[in-house]
Amino acid sequence: MLYLLEQCLNGIQLGMLLFLLAAGLTLIFGIMDLVNLAHGSLYMLGAYFAASFAALTDSFLAGIGLGLLATLLAGMVLEVIAIRPLYGRDHLDHVLGTFGLLLFFNELVRLIWGPAGLTLSLPPEMLSAVQVLPGVYYPLYRLVIILATLAVALLLYVLVMRTRIGMLIRAGASNREMAGALGVNIKLLYTLVFGLGAALAGFAGMMQAPLSFVQIGMGENILILAFVVIIIGGIGSIRGAFVAAMLVGIIDTIGRAFLPDLMRNFVSYSAGSSAGPALSSMLIYTLMAAVLVFRPEGLFPAAQR
Amino acid sequence: MSVRLTPRNALVAGVIAILALVPVYAEASGNAFIISLFTRIVILAIAAVSLNLIMGFGGMVSFGHAAYLGIGGYAVGILAKEGVNSGFLQWPLAVAASALFAVTVGALSLRTRGVYFIMITLAFAQMVYYVAIGLDRYGGDDGMTIYKRSQFGAVIDLSNKTALYYLCLALLLAAIYLVWRLVHSRFGMVIQGARSNERRMRAIGFPTYRYKLLCFVFAGMLCGLAGALLANHTDFISPAMMHWTRSGDLIVMAVLGGMGTVFGPVIGALALLVLEEALSGITQYSQIILGPLFLLVVLFARGGIDGLLVGGRHG
Repeated sequence: MLYLLEQCLNGIQLGMLLFLLAAGLTLIFGIMDLVNLAHGSLYMLGAYFAASFAALTDSFLAGIGLGLLATLLAGMVLEVIAIRPLYGRDHLDHVLGTFGLLLFFNELVRLIWGPAGLTLSLPPEMLSAVQVLPGVYYPLYRLVIILATLAVALLLYVLVMRTRIGMLIRAGASNREMAGALGVNIKLLYTLVFGLGAALAGFAGMMQAPLSFVQIGMGENILILAFVVIIIGGIGSIRGAFVAAMLVGIIDTIGRAFLPDLMRNFVSYSAGSSAGPALSSMLIYTLMAAVLVFRPEGLFPAAQR
Repeated sequence: MSVRLTPRNALVAGVIAILALVPVYAEASGNAFIISLFTRIVILAIAAVSLNLIMGFGGMVSFGHAAYLGIGGYAVGILAKEGVNSGFLQWPLAVAASALFAVTVGALSLRTRGVYFIMITLAFAQMVYYVAIGLDRYGGDDGMTIYKRSQFGAVIDLSNKTALYYLCLALLLAAIYLVWRLVHSRFGMVIQGARSNERRMRAIGFPTYRYKLLCFVFAGMLCGLAGALLANHTDFISPAMMHWTRSGDLIVMAVLGGMGTVFGPVIGALALLVLEEALSGITQYSQIILGPLFLLVVLFARGGIDGLLVGGRHG
């Protein structure tokens, strides 16, 4: 039971990271109609920036702050140089162009930081565990991730729904030409949105970094999970991305934790041990397939554009 | 049909001639590596030709095509591990397994279109990738060596490099012929019609979903065969065969050569793999050149190499 609770929290934590990635992807898709495979590269860049700045300043928080700023800038520069010419092209062009960017970034990171990878270590006060329920301890840092990403999600909501910038973003999403005709600087708006998406992805990367390695290609597998999230949630819907991210995070984590054991009860021990991991990695894709059968547009389809 | 001497036809004839003469050159120069490189090129060209059928002609941008390479390869590898070495059994099973996967993925993903289709095919391919990692008995993450290539009795001996190469080349030419016939048949017209205006095709009375699904499955089977060849060529299967960047490479091959031409992907595969090989000789950071190159092709050479030859006209 305690184990289940712990795994649930782990699932929520994974879901939160997925949400940060998926929100940026879905924002960029909803507003610029752009499929961005290089989004995972920004996740990776965020982690590398944070790890480098943290090592430079000797402070975890400064590393995160400077890393966020650097990822935001990198995203905006990337948009101006390489992404802008892709707007209005068909999706195959986006896929190919951003695939090229992804290969470029992987190699660039190898060139700058070397192939070995970095570590981002936590300050000692975050290494402890807290008592979430009587007798149940949970690593403090994972709780910090959940709370920090929750705060970011709220900020995003306020930004998009309650501020002038958010109003412009929504106007640009629903009718680009009309918003442009009314004097909105669409080019600048797009650069800002792309930077915002980059910062969200980078934030996810640097949050994950202390839990694992900072390494080349770290953003690729989680990017595909984020794709699954926005397919389930409905492309262009931030609310859908949140719900689907939670679903995917929890189901994936719980499945990996319990399915192999569960299978051993029904089939032989060795068959369960070998097929369990294979089957549990299929769970979320099965969920995706099921959603596609009943709701091909996802759980929360964005308004017709 | 009369064949005119256009730049495109000359290039096609030249490429086929080069491909046919590779073993002769390898023999004469004593460079055994080149035959291995070209076997790989020919096999991946088969995969790219099959992808181009659904992508270039059918407008279905599948970002999960490498999954079939893996399925075909694993079918051969798993059977070999369990003691079934007959190619007459292995290869049809590799193709059948690919067909089964293609039916499932196609039936689900063809309900959607555009960017959904891209992401869904990518996601399902990633699922197969993870399943392969989970297969501890067959090597898991590390992959598994195949100790005995597919046995075809007295028909052909695949352990002979030249024989394997010519078999792959013959299958490539057969695949191109098949795709060419398909594209120019009534079936192919419906597929191309559905690409340019699906609603209109449906209004005329064509059940486009079924046509597209059939086309998707056929492409999957062809690529599954390429997977079986690849496993025989490398004597090795691993999840890396179907890593999603491999799917990206296949898309690049199809686009680089010129989408919507039957032979284009062969030129694309040749160009990409030779370029990769050449760049890796110059620098260890070859992707730093290749990546931006893909972007430039997208931005400035939309018709690929074929488009450059015929002056930008898409056809």
